[in-house]
Amino acid sequence: MNTAIQAVYLVAALLFILGLRRMSSPKSARTGIIWAGAGMAIAILITFLWPGMENYLLMIIAVVVGGGVSYVLGRRVAMTDMPQMVALFNGMGGGAAAAISAAELVRPELPSTDVLVLAVLGAIIGMVSFSGSLIAFAKLQGLIKRSVIFPGQNVINMLFLAAALVFGALLVAGVHTWWTVLGLFAASFLFGILMTLPIGGADMPVVISLYNALTGLAVGFEGYVLGNVAMIVAGTVVGSAGTLLTQLMAKAMNRSLGNVLFSGFGAQAGQAAAGAAGGAMKAIDVEDAAIQLAYAQRVVIVPGYGMAVAQAQHKVWGLTQYLQQQGVEVKFAIHPVAGRMPGHMNVLLAEAGVPYELIVDMEEINEDFANTDVAVVIGANDVVNPSARTDVSSPIYGMPILDVDKSHNVLVIKRGRGTGFAGVDNPLFVAENTRMLFGDAQAVVNDLVQVIKKM
Amino acid sequence: MTDILLMIGVFVAAFVVGYLLISRVPQRLHTPLMSMTNAISAVTIIGALLLFAAAGDAVGRTLGALAVALATFNLVGGFAITHRMLKMFKGRDRRCS
Repeated sequence: MNTAIQAVYLVAALLFILGLRRMSSPKSARTGIIWAGAGMAIAILITFLWPGMENYLLMIIAVVVGGGVSYVLGRRVAMTDMPQMVALFNGMGGGAAAAISAAELVRPELPSTDVLVLAVLGAIIGMVSFSGSLIAFAKLQGLIKRSVIFPGQNVINMLFLAAALVFGALLVAGVHTWWTVLGLFAASFLFGILMTLPIGGADMPVVISLYNALTGLAVGFEGYVLGNVAMIVAGTVVGSAGTLLTQLMAKAMNRSLGNVLFSGFGAQAGQAAAGAAGGAMKAIDVEDAAIQLAYAQRVVIVPGYGMAVAQAQHKVWGLTQYLQQQGVEVKFAIHPVAGRMPGHMNVLLAEAGVPYELIVDMEEINEDFANTDVAVVIGANDVVNPSARTDVSSPIYGMPILDVDKSHNVLVIKRGRGTGFAGVDNPLFVAENTRMLFGDAQAVVNDLVQVIKKM
Repeated sequence: MTDILLMIGVFVAAFVVGYLLISRVPQRLHTPLMSMTNAISAVTIIGALLLFAAAGDAVGRTLGALAVALATFNLVGGFAITHRMLKMFKGRDRRCS
């Protein structure tokens, strides 16, 4: 019987891999979730046949409580809130892995040393992913508004990590008491919180994919502890997928992972760069901006987090359609780290119904800016900051950016006159060919549409 | 000893498979991809359910119930949002063709 169950787990693991394979194209992606879901369903159902299963009532209560809340959240939440939802769900997965580990570690008899090492590692990683993801969720949801930075932060963080490792080592060495287990979990929990608190919003794509990878690894390790092939394969594949995405995101910012996690970027940069760029921002009124757009031949729209905050994606697509009616060629340029998670802007534009032929990645669009009449920057800042190309002293120097400053005219829709999330001055805003439209992105785009409609 | 070697082998193989698989995913699908891998990591629910097969004391049962609740939260929410996102990509295909 057990062999048959293990075989089903193996099939489930294969279904996960086949499901992920379908994500390589937008056309087949839709069915990918069905394959993965089928794998999950058979894995769960067969588990109920495991000999010695008991306490079904408690199980069902736990399923109803966990699943009910999450179903309502998952169905109702707005597309613009996806980054924090992924962070929240991911944190719960990490917490589940940590809880399994805890259940293994509080048994009177500890497993053999090799399994024990994996259980301890799974506990640390799962717990860090749990508390770290919750902090990321709180930041993205706006519950925590500031990045908490204090002197000696990295040293203190490292002390907590070291403490977690020491408690783990004690457990492996045979010191099996309540305080070693509790210490292991408490230190890991606090390390996750402290590690995430100083990280700024613009770095969230890196952080979210990192915690995604960590949850996967924790699940994989617990799979080894329980001897479950579905958990081993699925966890490891998720771990490697997350690792790759994390690398891609860090690369798109021209920074190492260590730099993102331990630099406290943002706070120091803001003080250093304040008032560095000369010149004044030049505002433009909506009518003039609308005329400029309607009589352009080529327009490139660069969306950023500001579009997500203002939920302006539908209006932006509406504006695009009116411009197309005027014979304007409109494209969207997307920076890999625009927004708060990998591919964030693509999802919002997809929600609004923008065909993906109009959406161009950074490498391809950058050559086109010189031939672009108007580049419209909607709530993006650091990803279009030309000092990343020119100013060696800039904190974002070397980061690949969208070269919007090379287009003939630039319109920037921006909430206020302040600096971006990284707190870095942006010479683009005071450039000769740049005009500013101050206001909420949705309201401004709506005004533009009203004017163009009448033309 | 062979067990450890086998385990390391499976780990490396799965890691490489995941890496190759994901490196082919275009940037525009990165959010649904992440959301889907997030949903798949909810497979930890199996482990949580298996805790109930190994008779434990009250502490063990509590941790088991906690693990099941957290994993279900991850599972249901993860699949719900991934499905919602991928549905939008479907709508767009229809309009284009």
